[in-house]
Amino acid sequence: MKKIFQYTLFDLIRSRWSLFYLGFFLLLTIVLLSFSGGVSKVIISLMNVVLILCPLIATMFGVMYAYNSREFTELLLAQPIRRTSIFGGQYLGLGVSQSLSLLIGIGGPFLFYGLFRSGEIWNFSILLVNGVLLTFIFSGLAFLIALRNENRIRGFGLAILSWLFFAVIYDGILLLTLVLFREYPIESLALGLSLFNPIDLSRILILLKLDISALMGYTGAVFQRFLGSGLGMSLALGMLLLWIGLPALGIRWVALRKDF
Amino acid sequence: MISIEQLYKSYGKLEVLKGISLEFDTPGRISAILGPNGSGKTTLMKSILGMVLPDKGDIKVDGKSVKGQWAYRKRIDYLPQIARFPENLRVRELIAFLHDLRHSDTREKELIERFGLEPHLDKKLGNLSGGTKQKVNLVLAFMYDSPMLILDEPTSGLDPIALLRLKDLILEEKSRGKLILITTHIMNFVEEMADEIVFLLEGNIYFRGKTEELKTRFHEPSLERAIARVLGEKKINGHSFKLVNELVS
Repeated sequence: MKKIFQYTLFDLIRSRWSLFYLGFFLLLTIVLLSFSGGVSKVIISLMNVVLILCPLIATMFGVMYAYNSREFTELLLAQPIRRTSIFGGQYLGLGVSQSLSLLIGIGGPFLFYGLFRSGEIWNFSILLVNGVLLTFIFSGLAFLIALRNENRIRGFGLAILSWLFFAVIYDGILLLTLVLFREYPIESLALGLSLFNPIDLSRILILLKLDISALMGYTGAVFQRFLGSGLGMSLALGMLLLWIGLPALGIRWVALRKDF
Repeated sequence: MISIEQLYKSYGKLEVLKGISLEFDTPGRISAILGPNGSGKTTLMKSILGMVLPDKGDIKVDGKSVKGQWAYRKRIDYLPQIARFPENLRVRELIAFLHDLRHSDTREKELIERFGLEPHLDKKLGNLSGGTKQKVNLVLAFMYDSPMLILDEPTSGLDPIALLRLKDLILEEKSRGKLILITTHIMNFVEEMADEIVFLLEGNIYFRGKTEELKTRFHEPSLERAIARVLGEKKINGHSFKLVNELVS
Protein backbone atom coordinates (compact mmCIF):
# COMPACT_ATOMS: atom_id res chain seq x y z
CA MET A 1 0.00 0.00 0.00
CA LYS A 2 2.85 2.37 0.85
CA LYS A 3 4.36 2.16 -2.61
CA ILE A 4 1.06 2.61 -4.41
CA PHE A 5 0.43 5.64 -2.18
CA GLN A 6 3.89 7.09 -2.89
CA TYR A 7 3.64 6.84 -6.63
CA THR A 8 0.01 8.01 -6.77
CA LEU A 9 0.99 11.05 -4.75
CA PHE A 10 4.07 11.60 -6.90
CA ASP A 11 1.91 11.45 -10.04
CA LEU A 12 -0.88 13.66 -8.68
CA ILE A 13 1.17 16.48 -7.16
CA ARG A 14 2.65 17.08 -10.59
CA SER A 15 -0.69 17.23 -12.36
CA ARG A 16 -1.85 20.56 -13.73
CA TRP A 17 -4.93 20.40 -11.51
CA SER A 18 -2.94 20.24 -8.29
CA LEU A 19 -0.75 23.14 -9.33
CA PHE A 20 -3.78 25.18 -10.35
CA TYR A 21 -5.47 24.42 -7.03
CA LEU A 22 -2.34 25.41 -5.11
CA GLY A 23 -1.96 28.59 -7.16
CA PHE A 24 -5.58 29.54 -6.57
CA PHE A 25 -5.31 29.25 -2.78
CA LEU A 26 -1.98 31.10 -2.71
CA LEU A 27 -3.38 33.98 -4.73
CA LEU A 28 -6.67 34.17 -2.84
CA THR A 29 -5.01 34.09 0.58
CA ILE A 30 -2.39 36.67 -0.36
CA VAL A 31 -5.03 39.01 -1.80
CA LEU A 32 -7.28 38.64 1.25
CA LEU A 33 -4.41 39.17 3.68
CA SER A 34 -3.20 42.24 1.82
CA PHE A 35 -6.54 43.98 1.53
CA SER A 36 -8.43 43.12 4.70
CA GLY A 37 -7.93 44.31 8.23
CA GLY A 38 -6.81 41.37 10.27
CA VAL A 39 -6.01 37.74 10.31
CA SER A 40 -9.31 36.74 11.96
CA LYS A 41 -11.40 38.42 9.26
CA VAL A 42 -9.45 36.59 6.59
CA ILE A 43 -10.11 33.32 8.37
CA ILE A 44 -13.86 33.96 8.17
CA SER A 45 -13.66 34.85 4.48
CA LEU A 46 -11.61 31.75 3.77
CA MET A 47 -14.04 29.62 5.72
CA ASN A 48 -16.75 30.11 3.12
CA VAL A 49 -14.35 29.31 0.32
CA VAL A 50 -13.01 26.19 2.01
CA LEU A 51 -16.48 24.89 2.91
CA ILE A 52 -17.77 25.04 -0.65
CA LEU A 53 -14.67 24.74 -2.78
CA CYS A 54 -12.79 21.92 -1.02
CA PRO A 55 -15.71 19.50 -1.41
CA LEU A 56 -16.27 20.56 -5.03
CA ILE A 57 -12.64 20.19 -6.06
CA ALA A 58 -12.31 16.92 -4.14
CA THR A 59 -15.40 15.57 -5.92
CA MET A 60 -14.19 16.53 -9.39
CA PHE A 61 -10.65 15.39 -8.72
CA GLY A 62 -11.85 12.10 -7.25
CA VAL A 63 -14.01 11.02 -10.18
CA MET A 64 -11.51 12.23 -12.74
CA TYR A 65 -8.68 10.36 -11.12
CA ALA A 66 -10.68 7.17 -10.72
CA TYR A 67 -11.68 7.13 -14.39
CA ASN A 68 -8.31 8.23 -15.76
CA SER A 69 -6.40 5.61 -13.84
CA ARG A 70 -8.81 2.83 -14.77
CA GLU A 71 -6.50 1.04 -17.22
CA PHE A 72 -3.45 1.43 -15.02
CA THR A 73 -5.43 0.02 -12.11
CA GLU A 74 -5.98 -3.08 -14.24
CA LEU A 75 -2.24 -3.43 -14.67
CA LEU A 76 -1.80 -3.14 -10.89
CA LEU A 77 -4.53 -5.70 -10.29
CA ALA A 78 -2.54 -8.23 -12.30
CA GLN A 79 0.43 -7.79 -9.93
CA PRO A 80 0.89 -9.83 -6.75
CA ILE A 81 -0.70 -7.17 -4.51
CA ARG A 82 -3.91 -7.20 -2.48
CA ARG A 83 -6.84 -5.30 -3.95
CA THR A 84 -7.27 -3.40 -0.71
CA SER A 85 -3.68 -2.13 -0.91
CA ILE A 86 -4.18 -0.85 -4.45
CA PHE A 87 -7.35 1.09 -3.73
CA GLY A 88 -6.26 2.15 -0.26
CA GLY A 89 -3.04 3.57 -1.68
CA GLN A 90 -4.82 5.38 -4.48
CA TYR A 91 -7.40 6.89 -2.13
CA LEU A 92 -4.74 8.11 0.30
CA GLY A 93 -2.68 9.56 -2.55
CA LEU A 94 -5.73 11.39 -3.82
CA GLY A 95 -6.61 12.88 -0.43
CA VAL A 96 -3.08 13.77 0.59
CA SER A 97 -2.20 15.46 -2.72
CA GLN A 98 -5.14 17.86 -2.40
CA SER A 99 -4.56 18.40 1.29
CA LEU A 100 -1.00 19.47 0.48
CA SER A 101 -2.27 22.05 -2.03
CA LEU A 102 -4.64 23.36 0.64
CA LEU A 103 -2.11 23.42 3.48
CA ILE A 104 0.64 25.05 1.46
CA GLY A 105 -1.70 27.40 -0.43
CA ILE A 106 -3.34 28.80 2.69
CA GLY A 107 -0.70 28.06 5.32
CA GLY A 108 2.23 29.59 3.43
CA PRO A 109 0.90 33.15 3.16
CA PHE A 110 -0.43 33.09 6.74
CA LEU A 111 2.98 32.14 8.10
CA PHE A 112 4.50 34.93 6.07
CA TYR A 113 1.96 37.47 7.36
CA GLY A 114 2.72 36.65 10.97
CA LEU A 115 0.22 34.04 12.04
CA PHE A 116 2.09 33.21 15.22
CA ARG A 117 2.01 36.80 16.45
CA SER A 118 -1.75 37.10 15.93
CA GLY A 119 -3.01 34.63 18.54
CA GLU A 120 -5.35 33.12 15.96
CA ILE A 121 -3.40 29.94 15.61
CA TRP A 122 -6.20 27.72 16.96
CA ASN A 123 -8.93 29.20 14.81
CA PHE A 124 -6.64 28.89 11.86
CA SER A 125 -5.87 25.23 12.58
CA ILE A 126 -9.59 24.45 12.87
CA LEU A 127 -10.07 25.92 9.40
CA LEU A 128 -7.31 23.81 7.90
CA VAL A 129 -8.33 20.63 9.73
CA ASN A 130 -11.86 21.06 8.42
CA GLY A 131 -10.56 21.61 4.90
CA VAL A 132 -8.53 18.41 5.07
CA LEU A 133 -11.43 16.41 6.55
CA LEU A 134 -13.82 17.65 3.85
CA THR A 135 -11.25 16.84 1.16
CA PHE A 136 -11.00 13.24 2.34
CA ILE A 137 -14.77 12.87 2.75
CA PHE A 138 -15.63 14.10 -0.71
CA SER A 139 -12.70 12.41 -2.50
CA GLY A 140 -13.84 9.17 -0.93
CA LEU A 141 -17.45 9.65 -1.98
CA ALA A 142 -16.43 10.53 -5.53
CA PHE A 143 -14.00 7.62 -5.79
CA LEU A 144 -16.73 5.28 -4.57
CA ILE A 145 -19.25 6.66 -7.07
CA ALA A 146 -16.73 6.22 -9.91
CA LEU A 147 -16.02 2.63 -8.84
CA ARG A 148 -19.72 1.82 -8.77
CA ASN A 149 -20.48 3.35 -12.17
CA GLU A 150 -18.82 2.11 -15.34
CA ASN A 151 -20.55 4.84 -17.33
CA ARG A 152 -18.39 7.93 -16.94
CA ILE A 153 -21.06 10.50 -17.74
CA ARG A 154 -23.34 8.95 -15.13
CA GLY A 155 -20.50 8.81 -12.62
CA PHE A 156 -19.64 12.48 -13.13
CA GLY A 157 -23.31 13.44 -12.88
CA LEU A 158 -23.86 11.53 -9.65
CA ALA A 159 -20.68 12.89 -8.09
CA ILE A 160 -21.61 16.50 -8.86
CA LEU A 161 -25.11 15.82 -7.61
CA SER A 162 -23.76 14.49 -4.31
CA TRP A 163 -21.75 17.68 -3.86
CA LEU A 164 -24.75 19.83 -4.77
CA PHE A 165 -26.89 17.91 -2.32
CA PHE A 166 -24.62 18.50 0.65
CA ALA A 167 -23.54 22.03 -0.29
CA VAL A 168 -26.92 23.48 -1.30
CA ILE A 169 -29.97 21.21 -1.32
CA TYR A 170 -29.55 19.84 2.21
CA ASP A 171 -29.45 23.35 3.67
CA GLY A 172 -32.53 24.25 1.66
CA ILE A 173 -34.45 21.34 3.12
CA LEU A 174 -33.19 22.15 6.61
CA LEU A 175 -34.24 25.78 6.27
CA LEU A 176 -37.64 24.82 4.91
CA THR A 177 -38.20 22.47 7.83
CA LEU A 178 -37.26 25.18 10.29
CA VAL A 179 -39.64 27.67 8.66
CA LEU A 180 -42.53 25.21 8.40
CA PHE A 181 -42.26 24.10 11.99
CA ARG A 182 -41.24 27.42 13.49
CA GLU A 183 -44.09 27.19 16.03
CA TYR A 184 -42.42 24.19 17.62
CA PRO A 185 -39.19 23.88 19.58
CA ILE A 186 -37.14 22.17 16.92
CA GLU A 187 -33.65 23.28 17.82
CA SER A 188 -32.59 19.76 18.66
CA LEU A 189 -33.99 18.54 15.34
CA ALA A 190 -31.92 21.16 13.52
CA LEU A 191 -28.92 20.13 15.56
CA GLY A 192 -29.52 16.48 14.74
CA LEU A 193 -29.97 17.10 11.03
CA SER A 194 -26.77 19.13 10.86
CA LEU A 195 -24.81 16.19 12.14
CA PHE A 196 -25.64 14.27 8.97
CA ASN A 197 -24.17 16.81 6.59
CA PRO A 198 -20.38 17.08 6.71
CA ILE A 199 -20.37 20.60 5.25
CA ASP A 200 -22.85 21.89 7.85
CA LEU A 201 -20.92 20.15 10.55
CA SER A 202 -17.68 21.82 9.52
CA ARG A 203 -19.35 25.21 9.26
CA ILE A 204 -20.78 24.95 12.77
CA LEU A 205 -17.45 23.83 14.18
CA ILE A 206 -15.68 26.81 12.67
CA LEU A 207 -18.35 29.29 13.70
CA LEU A 208 -18.31 28.04 17.27
CA LYS A 209 -14.55 28.17 17.41
CA LEU A 210 -14.56 31.72 16.07
CA ASP A 211 -17.09 32.58 18.77
CA ILE A 212 -19.55 34.22 16.42
CA SER A 213 -22.36 31.75 17.01
CA ALA A 214 -24.45 34.63 18.32
CA LEU A 215 -24.93 35.52 14.67
CA MET A 216 -27.09 32.42 14.39
CA GLY A 217 -29.63 33.67 16.89
CA TYR A 218 -31.42 31.36 19.29
CA THR A 219 -30.45 28.24 17.34
CA GLY A 220 -26.88 29.43 17.59
CA ALA A 221 -27.22 29.52 21.35
CA VAL A 222 -28.50 25.95 21.37
CA PHE A 223 -25.61 24.90 19.19
CA GLN A 224 -23.21 26.82 21.38
CA ARG A 225 -24.56 25.14 24.47
CA PHE A 226 -24.36 21.67 22.95
CA LEU A 227 -21.45 21.75 20.54
CA GLY A 228 -19.40 24.25 22.52
CA SER A 229 -19.02 21.73 25.27
CA GLY A 230 -16.33 19.09 25.23
CA LEU A 231 -18.89 16.42 24.49
CA GLY A 232 -20.45 18.33 21.57
CA MET A 233 -17.07 19.07 20.06
CA SER A 234 -15.97 15.46 20.22
CA LEU A 235 -19.32 14.30 18.84
CA ALA A 236 -18.96 16.67 15.86
CA LEU A 237 -15.40 15.54 15.20
CA GLY A 238 -16.45 11.93 15.62
CA MET A 239 -19.21 12.40 13.05
CA LEU A 240 -16.74 13.93 10.59
CA LEU A 241 -14.40 10.99 11.05
CA LEU A 242 -17.33 8.64 10.55
CA TRP A 243 -18.02 10.52 7.33
CA ILE A 244 -14.48 9.65 6.21
CA GLY A 245 -14.81 6.06 7.33
CA LEU A 246 -18.06 5.23 5.56
CA PRO A 247 -16.98 5.98 1.97
CA ALA A 248 -13.62 4.34 2.69
CA LEU A 249 -15.37 1.18 3.82
CA GLY A 250 -17.62 1.45 0.76
CA ILE A 251 -14.57 1.61 -1.50
CA ARG A 252 -13.18 -1.48 0.19
CA TRP A 253 -16.48 -3.33 -0.16
CA VAL A 254 -16.86 -2.53 -3.86
CA ALA A 255 -13.17 -3.11 -4.66
CA LEU A 256 -13.23 -6.62 -3.21
CA ARG A 257 -16.25 -7.64 -5.30
CA LYS A 258 -15.84 -5.81 -8.57
CA ASP A 259 -14.87 -7.27 -11.96
CA PHE A 260 -12.27 -5.28 -13.86
CA MET B 1 0.28 -25.19 -14.67
CA ILE B 2 -3.10 -23.48 -15.27
CA SER B 3 -6.28 -25.49 -15.04
CA ILE B 4 -9.77 -24.12 -15.45
CA GLU B 5 -12.76 -26.17 -14.33
CA GLN B 6 -16.35 -25.46 -15.35
CA LEU B 7 -16.01 -21.70 -15.38
CA TYR B 8 -19.18 -19.61 -15.57
CA LYS B 9 -19.37 -15.84 -15.71
CA SER B 10 -22.15 -13.49 -16.64
CA TYR B 11 -22.44 -9.71 -16.53
CA GLY B 12 -26.04 -9.07 -15.64
CA LYS B 13 -28.09 -10.97 -18.21
CA LEU B 14 -25.17 -11.40 -20.59
CA GLU B 15 -23.61 -14.83 -20.19
CA VAL B 16 -19.99 -14.58 -21.24
CA LEU B 17 -18.49 -17.90 -20.13
CA LYS B 18 -20.73 -20.94 -20.06
CA GLY B 19 -18.88 -23.69 -18.27
CA ILE B 20 -15.44 -23.62 -19.82
CA SER B 21 -12.87 -26.24 -18.82
CA LEU B 22 -9.30 -25.94 -20.06
CA GLU B 23 -5.83 -27.09 -19.14
CA PHE B 24 -2.60 -25.38 -20.05
CA ASP B 25 0.15 -27.59 -18.72
CA THR B 26 2.85 -27.86 -21.35
CA PRO B 27 5.76 -25.49 -20.73
CA GLY B 28 7.27 -24.02 -23.87
CA ARG B 29 3.99 -23.89 -25.74
CA ILE B 30 2.20 -20.90 -27.21
CA SER B 31 -1.60 -21.13 -27.10
CA ALA B 32 -3.65 -18.59 -29.00
CA ILE B 33 -7.12 -17.89 -27.64
CA LEU B 34 -9.29 -16.79 -30.53
CA GLY B 35 -12.89 -15.83 -31.05
CA PRO B 36 -15.05 -12.98 -32.30
CA ASN B 37 -15.59 -9.83 -30.24
CA GLY B 38 -17.47 -10.58 -27.06
CA SER B 39 -16.75 -14.31 -27.11
CA GLY B 40 -15.15 -14.21 -23.65
CA LYS B 41 -11.42 -14.20 -24.45
CA THR B 42 -10.50 -11.27 -22.26
CA THR B 43 -12.88 -12.40 -19.50
CA LEU B 44 -11.18 -15.80 -19.48
CA MET B 45 -7.70 -14.29 -19.20
CA LYS B 46 -8.77 -11.81 -16.55
CA SER B 47 -10.36 -14.63 -14.55
CA ILE B 48 -7.01 -16.41 -14.44
CA LEU B 49 -5.47 -13.23 -13.02
CA GLY B 50 -8.24 -12.71 -10.48
CA MET B 51 -9.36 -9.43 -12.03
CA VAL B 52 -12.72 -10.91 -12.96
CA LEU B 53 -14.37 -13.00 -10.24
CA PRO B 54 -16.14 -16.02 -11.76
CA ASP B 55 -19.70 -16.93 -10.72
CA LYS B 56 -19.02 -20.68 -10.64
CA GLY B 57 -16.12 -22.99 -11.28
CA ASP B 58 -12.51 -22.97 -10.20
CA ILE B 59 -9.14 -21.94 -11.53
CA LYS B 60 -5.95 -23.53 -10.30
CA VAL B 61 -2.47 -22.21 -10.89
CA ASP B 62 0.29 -24.67 -10.04
CA GLY B 63 -2.30 -26.91 -8.42
CA LYS B 64 -3.71 -24.30 -6.01
CA SER B 65 -7.07 -22.59 -6.30
CA VAL B 66 -6.69 -18.86 -6.94
CA LYS B 67 -9.91 -17.86 -5.20
CA GLY B 68 -9.15 -15.00 -2.81
CA GLN B 69 -5.42 -15.40 -3.38
CA TRP B 70 -2.98 -12.82 -4.71
CA ALA B 71 0.58 -14.07 -4.22
CA TYR B 72 0.28 -16.58 -7.08
CA ARG B 73 0.31 -13.65 -9.52
CA LYS B 74 4.06 -13.30 -9.12
CA ARG B 75 4.32 -16.43 -11.29
CA ILE B 76 2.40 -14.74 -14.14
CA ASP B 77 3.25 -11.78 -16.35
CA TYR B 78 0.37 -9.92 -17.95
CA LEU B 79 0.16 -7.53 -20.88
CA PRO B 80 -3.10 -5.54 -20.77
CA GLN B 81 -4.97 -4.72 -23.94
CA ILE B 82 -4.98 -0.96 -23.47
CA ALA B 83 -1.74 0.82 -22.61
CA ARG B 84 -2.64 3.82 -20.44
CA PHE B 85 -0.44 4.98 -17.61
CA PRO B 86 -0.33 7.79 -15.01
CA GLU B 87 0.20 10.82 -17.23
CA ASN B 88 2.55 12.80 -15.03
CA LEU B 89 5.08 10.05 -14.39
CA ARG B 90 8.13 9.68 -16.62
CA VAL B 91 8.81 6.37 -18.35
CA ARG B 92 11.83 5.80 -16.13
CA GLU B 93 9.79 6.42 -12.96
CA LEU B 94 7.01 4.09 -14.02
CA ILE B 95 9.46 1.27 -14.71
CA ALA B 96 11.12 1.91 -11.33
CA PHE B 97 7.66 1.80 -9.68
CA LEU B 98 6.81 -1.59 -11.14
CA HIS B 99 10.26 -2.84 -10.29
CA ASP B 100 9.68 -1.75 -6.66
CA LEU B 101 6.30 -3.45 -6.49
CA ARG B 102 7.50 -6.99 -6.92
CA HIS B 103 10.92 -7.08 -5.26
CA SER B 104 12.08 -9.51 -7.91
CA ASP B 105 14.99 -9.39 -10.31
CA THR B 106 13.95 -7.50 -13.37
CA ARG B 107 15.53 -7.21 -16.77
CA GLU B 108 14.15 -3.90 -17.97
CA LYS B 109 17.51 -2.71 -19.34
CA GLU B 110 17.67 -5.39 -21.98
CA LEU B 111 14.02 -4.83 -22.96
CA ILE B 112 14.41 -1.06 -23.19
CA GLU B 113 17.28 -1.62 -25.61
CA ARG B 114 15.35 -4.21 -27.58
CA PHE B 115 12.42 -1.88 -28.20
CA GLY B 116 14.54 1.25 -28.59
CA LEU B 117 12.98 3.14 -25.69
CA GLU B 118 16.14 4.92 -24.46
CA PRO B 119 15.26 8.30 -26.05
CA HIS B 120 11.85 8.26 -24.36
CA LEU B 121 12.91 7.38 -20.82
CA ASP B 122 12.69 10.94 -19.50
CA LYS B 123 9.45 11.83 -21.25
CA LYS B 124 6.17 12.00 -19.39
CA LEU B 125 3.85 9.13 -20.23
CA GLY B 126 1.07 11.53 -21.17
CA ASN B 127 3.18 12.80 -24.07
CA LEU B 128 3.97 9.44 -25.71
CA SER B 129 2.44 8.16 -28.94
CA GLY B 130 0.23 5.06 -28.93
CA GLY B 131 2.93 2.78 -30.33
CA THR B 132 5.53 3.97 -27.83
CA LYS B 133 3.08 3.42 -24.98
CA GLN B 134 2.60 -0.13 -26.22
CA LYS B 135 6.38 -0.61 -26.14
CA VAL B 136 6.42 0.59 -22.52
CA ASN B 137 3.57 -1.82 -21.88
CA LEU B 138 5.68 -4.66 -23.34
CA VAL B 139 8.68 -3.77 -21.19
CA LEU B 140 6.50 -3.77 -18.06
CA ALA B 141 4.96 -7.12 -18.97
CA PHE B 142 8.17 -8.96 -19.84
CA MET B 143 10.52 -7.49 -17.25
CA TYR B 144 9.75 -9.89 -14.38
CA ASP B 145 10.70 -13.03 -16.30
CA SER B 146 7.92 -15.18 -14.76
CA PRO B 147 7.21 -18.74 -15.94
CA MET B 148 3.76 -17.90 -17.35
CA LEU B 149 2.85 -15.11 -19.78
CA ILE B 150 -0.59 -13.79 -20.65
CA LEU B 151 -0.65 -11.36 -23.59
CA ASP B 152 -3.82 -9.51 -24.59
CA GLU B 153 -3.49 -8.11 -28.14
CA PRO B 154 0.30 -7.72 -27.94
CA THR B 155 0.75 -6.35 -31.47
CA SER B 156 -1.57 -3.35 -31.29
CA GLY B 157 0.00 -0.14 -32.57
CA LEU B 158 3.49 -1.55 -33.14
CA ASP B 159 5.59 -0.60 -36.15
CA PRO B 160 7.02 -3.45 -38.32
CA ILE B 161 10.42 -3.43 -36.64
CA ALA B 162 8.99 -3.50 -33.13
CA LEU B 163 6.61 -6.25 -34.23
CA LEU B 164 9.51 -8.32 -35.51
CA ARG B 165 11.38 -7.82 -32.23
CA LEU B 166 8.29 -8.79 -30.26
CA LYS B 167 7.96 -12.01 -32.26
CA ASP B 168 11.60 -12.85 -31.63
CA LEU B 169 11.13 -12.13 -27.93
CA ILE B 170 8.06 -14.36 -27.67
CA LEU B 171 9.88 -17.20 -29.45
CA GLU B 172 12.87 -16.81 -27.10
CA GLU B 173 10.56 -17.01 -24.09
CA LYS B 174 8.99 -20.10 -25.57
CA SER B 175 12.35 -21.79 -26.01
CA ARG B 176 13.10 -20.99 -22.36
CA GLY B 177 10.13 -23.15 -21.42
CA LYS B 178 7.48 -20.56 -20.59
CA LEU B 179 3.78 -21.13 -20.86
CA ILE B 180 2.34 -18.43 -23.12
CA LEU B 181 -1.29 -17.47 -23.73
CA ILE B 182 -2.07 -14.90 -26.43
CA THR B 183 -5.28 -13.33 -27.70
CA THR B 184 -5.23 -11.47 -30.97
CA HIS B 185 -7.31 -10.74 -34.03
CA ILE B 186 -4.35 -10.94 -36.39
CA MET B 187 -4.45 -14.39 -37.91
CA ASN B 188 -1.06 -14.18 -39.63
CA PHE B 189 0.46 -13.66 -36.23
CA VAL B 190 -1.32 -16.74 -34.89
CA GLU B 191 -0.30 -18.91 -37.83
CA GLU B 192 3.31 -17.87 -37.44
CA MET B 193 3.58 -18.08 -33.66
CA ALA B 194 1.00 -20.36 -32.07
CA ASP B 195 1.43 -24.07 -31.39
CA GLU B 196 -2.25 -24.53 -30.77
CA ILE B 197 -5.44 -22.53 -30.90
CA VAL B 198 -8.40 -22.43 -28.56
CA PHE B 199 -11.39 -21.08 -30.41
CA LEU B 200 -14.13 -19.59 -28.21
CA LEU B 201 -17.62 -19.03 -29.51
CA GLU B 202 -20.46 -17.65 -27.41
CA GLY B 203 -18.87 -18.64 -24.14
CA ASN B 204 -17.97 -22.21 -25.08
CA ILE B 205 -14.90 -23.85 -26.55
CA TYR B 206 -15.68 -24.44 -30.20
CA PHE B 207 -12.36 -25.93 -31.18
CA ARG B 208 -9.02 -26.73 -29.62
CA GLY B 209 -6.11 -28.10 -31.57
CA LYS B 210 -3.38 -27.32 -34.05
CA THR B 211 -3.82 -24.63 -36.67
CA GLU B 212 -3.41 -27.24 -39.42
CA GLU B 213 -6.34 -29.26 -38.10
CA LEU B 214 -8.72 -26.33 -38.32
CA LYS B 215 -7.56 -25.59 -41.86
CA THR B 216 -7.96 -29.17 -43.08
CA ARG B 217 -11.33 -29.52 -41.40
CA PHE B 218 -12.69 -26.64 -43.43
CA HIS B 219 -10.56 -27.25 -46.54
CA GLU B 220 -9.20 -23.73 -46.48
CA PRO B 221 -5.64 -22.67 -47.32
CA SER B 222 -5.32 -20.06 -44.57
CA LEU B 223 -6.38 -19.78 -40.95
CA GLU B 224 -8.12 -16.50 -41.64
CA ARG B 225 -10.44 -18.16 -44.18
CA ALA B 226 -11.02 -21.19 -42.00
CA ILE B 227 -12.14 -18.94 -39.14
CA ALA B 228 -14.32 -16.90 -41.46
CA ARG B 229 -15.95 -20.19 -42.49
CA VAL B 230 -16.58 -21.13 -38.85
CA LEU B 231 -18.23 -17.80 -38.18
CA GLY B 232 -20.09 -17.85 -41.51
CA GLU B 233 -21.55 -21.30 -40.89
CA LYS B 234 -22.49 -20.32 -37.42
CA LYS B 235 -24.43 -17.42 -38.86
CA ILE B 236 -26.10 -19.55 -41.52
CA ASN B 237 -27.06 -22.14 -38.92
CA GLY B 238 -28.49 -19.48 -36.69
CA HIS B 239 -30.41 -18.02 -39.58
CA SER B 240 -31.86 -21.32 -40.77
CA PHE B 241 -32.74 -22.17 -37.21
CA LYS B 242 -34.67 -18.93 -37.01
CA LEU B 243 -36.44 -19.77 -40.30
CA VAL B 244 -37.45 -23.22 -39.03
CA ASN B 245 -38.77 -21.63 -35.88
CA GLU B 246 -40.85 -19.21 -37.85
CA LEU B 247 -42.29 -22.00 -40.03
CA VAL B 248 -43.22 -24.06 -36.97
CA SER B 249 -44.97 -21.19 -35.29
